[in-house]
Amino acid sequence: MVTETATRNLSYIQAINEALRQEMSRDPAVIVMGEDVAGGAGREDQGIIDSWGGPMRLTKGLITEFGADRVRDTPISEAGFIGAGVGAAATGLRPVVELMYVSFFGVCADQITNNAAKMRYMFGGKITLPLTIMTGMGAGLNTAAQHSETLYSIFTHFPGLKGVVPSDPYTAKGLMISAIRDDDPVILFNNRQLMGISANVHVPEEAYEFPIGKARILREGDDVTLVGIGYTTYIADQAAGLLADDGISAEVIDLLSTSPMDEETILESVQRTRKVVIVDEDYPRCSVASDISALVAEQAFDYLDAPPVRVNPPHTSVPYSRPLEALYMPTPDKVIDAVNEVMG
Amino acid sequence: MATTTIGIDRDTLLWMYKTMVIIRRFEEQSKREADAGKLRGMHSSIGQEAVPVGVCAHLRDDDYVLGTHRSHHHCIAKGLDINQMMAELLGKSTGTNKGKGGTMHIADIDKGMLGANGVVGSNIPVATGVGLSAKVRGTDQVSVVFFGDGAANQGTLHEAMNLAGIWKLPVIFVCENNRYAESTPVEYSVAGESIAARAEGYDMPSVIADGQSVLEMYEIGGEAVARARAGDGPTFIEAQTYRYHGHFGADDPLAYRTQEEEDYYEARDCISTMVSYLLENDVLAQDEIEAIDAAALADVVEATRFADESPFPNDGELTTDVYISYA
Ligand SMILES: Cc1ncc(C[n+]2csc(CCOP(=O)(O)OP(=O)(O)O)c2C)c(N)n1
Ligand SMILES: [Mg+2]
Repeated sequence: MVTETATRNLSYIQAINEALRQEMSRDPAVIVMGEDVAGGAGREDQGIIDSWGGPMRLTKGLITEFGADRVRDTPISEAGFIGAGVGAAATGLRPVVELMYVSFFGVCADQITNNAAKMRYMFGGKITLPLTIMTGMGAGLNTAAQHSETLYSIFTHFPGLKGVVPSDPYTAKGLMISAIRDDDPVILFNNRQLMGISANVHVPEEAYEFPIGKARILREGDDVTLVGIGYTTYIADQAAGLLADDGISAEVIDLLSTSPMDEETILESVQRTRKVVIVDEDYPRCSVASDISALVAEQAFDYLDAPPVRVNPPHTSVPYSRPLEALYMPTPDKVIDAVNEVMG
Repeated sequence: MATTTIGIDRDTLLWMYKTMVIIRRFEEQSKREADAGKLRGMHSSIGQEAVPVGVCAHLRDDDYVLGTHRSHHHCIAKGLDINQMMAELLGKSTGTNKGKGGTMHIADIDKGMLGANGVVGSNIPVATGVGLSAKVRGTDQVSVVFFGDGAANQGTLHEAMNLAGIWKLPVIFVCENNRYAESTPVEYSVAGESIAARAEGYDMPSVIADGQSVLEMYEIGGEAVARARAGDGPTFIEAQTYRYHGHFGADDPLAYRTQEEEDYYEARDCISTMVSYLLENDVLAQDEIEAIDAAALADVVEATRFADESPFPNDGELTTDVYISYA
């Protein structure tokens, strides 16, 4: 990991943007595609260019620096352009394709799960697929059931896909760069709330990788292990701060990769604290949280003082109405309740 | 019933005018609510009122409409209650969907509104199934699906058009070509001479309509509905229209289009051209127009009061309606 003393604050969005810019400069094979990644497409002769820079502005400025050949606005045809990303990745490019919201994966699921995930295996290892899909996710913003899901779990299910979930600007930049350089298909999940939170973390200016498949310990503690994934790392860390005031020392693991998953860091921590609470915004059934719960139960059973506890939303779609959505979300209070449960 | 010069009865003309005005006032108010932070994710239909109003003038309550993320105008044209709609926007229990769906998912099955839909192009196959259902059940119901120029590039449209074509289903595909999908201009995203031309590949009658003219939309919509009811199959309508506002609240459309273009469309505004028509043809006098306008505004004020005073859903609603039974 890069260590620097000077503090350089970037927003989550700027961090992703910088990663894209640096990788595009480094490697001409990197191209970016997606809906409105530049905006106002085809109107350069009228002086119109880069009007959006992506729905979350993650790709702002790329078209002016790298041109419309490498920064392509697409029609709303996810099956078409994500599938095109697979084909381009198989033949020498290193595409970064934006799927605006993860819920829209349904439109292009075949391309992701049947092609991106399986081609290398089915072809006897004869190709590499350096495809990066970046996608927005997460509830809490009053956008109802089709624009609020957190679906990293479903992709974790598929052999052949990797999944990374940054939790702040520092991990966002490092994981974005690692995803682009990785020769396997990687999905980078950007939580929409995290994109709006200003985190006081240092983001080095030079390009750096954050290793895919590695978790990090965000806060050390002895009494209980809290595992967070992206936005829920932020929630778990808030809970840990409140618990500290009550004299409970919680360790916070920032999972960062859902596939491969850093089992070692989780198991090592749980063996010390003997208690675990997993905080996950995805649906509870067949989730990353249930996967971690199974891991701990199967491989650290003898160390546990209490069964693992999961904090997920209930098994329901995301409601629109704000008071209902607030009930839906994992919160520091729910994490504290869960900690009290495992502390007995 | 009094029939006017172009063969449309007076009541229908009044209904169309009044409905367009209610939509516009409703959308102005919903934008105020969104600006005040009371809802998010709101896509304004201002400028596009004539398209669904002209088509829905031919529909019965038991005909179906399916909409998009930008669907408040479809809902009002299909006769939904604006009190319940405004309550839905604010996430209240008295909303059309009990506050669980919000601005992008308004539905009212009794009124034949089978839902707005937040996934672009996702509604089109469903509408095709609604047409199939009518055909298999032997009714003369009609299914109308509204979608944008951006949605015209989804594979779902093509698969659905083919199904409707081979099975001669009573489906009307209405593409609201407002020239943009978010910031992406239609001339960039659509290959081929027009969106309507795509229907030719499926042997489907298709037409390009002036979506700023409610009278033209009424005429073309009428032919399509008659064809569907008679069992003669689907129709494709490309209605050329314009959204006056940004894609959503915070979007500044002048980042990707010109003032000149905006002025061109606003000069052909569906409501003001209809006012001129009604006055010039002595369908209504100025004071009657003003009375309709005032009544529409009062209705929207009342809808806002109703929504504001309504309660939020009970906590228990979080987990109801996922299934009918689950044990
Ligand atoms: C499958 C899918 N992809 C992307 C989006 C994000 N999105 C919402 S509206 C929109 C533009 C739609 O354009 P158009 O179909 O022309 O409808 P308009 O907004 O102009 O009414 C996009 C890209 C989405 N909701 N669903
Ligand atoms: Mg459009």
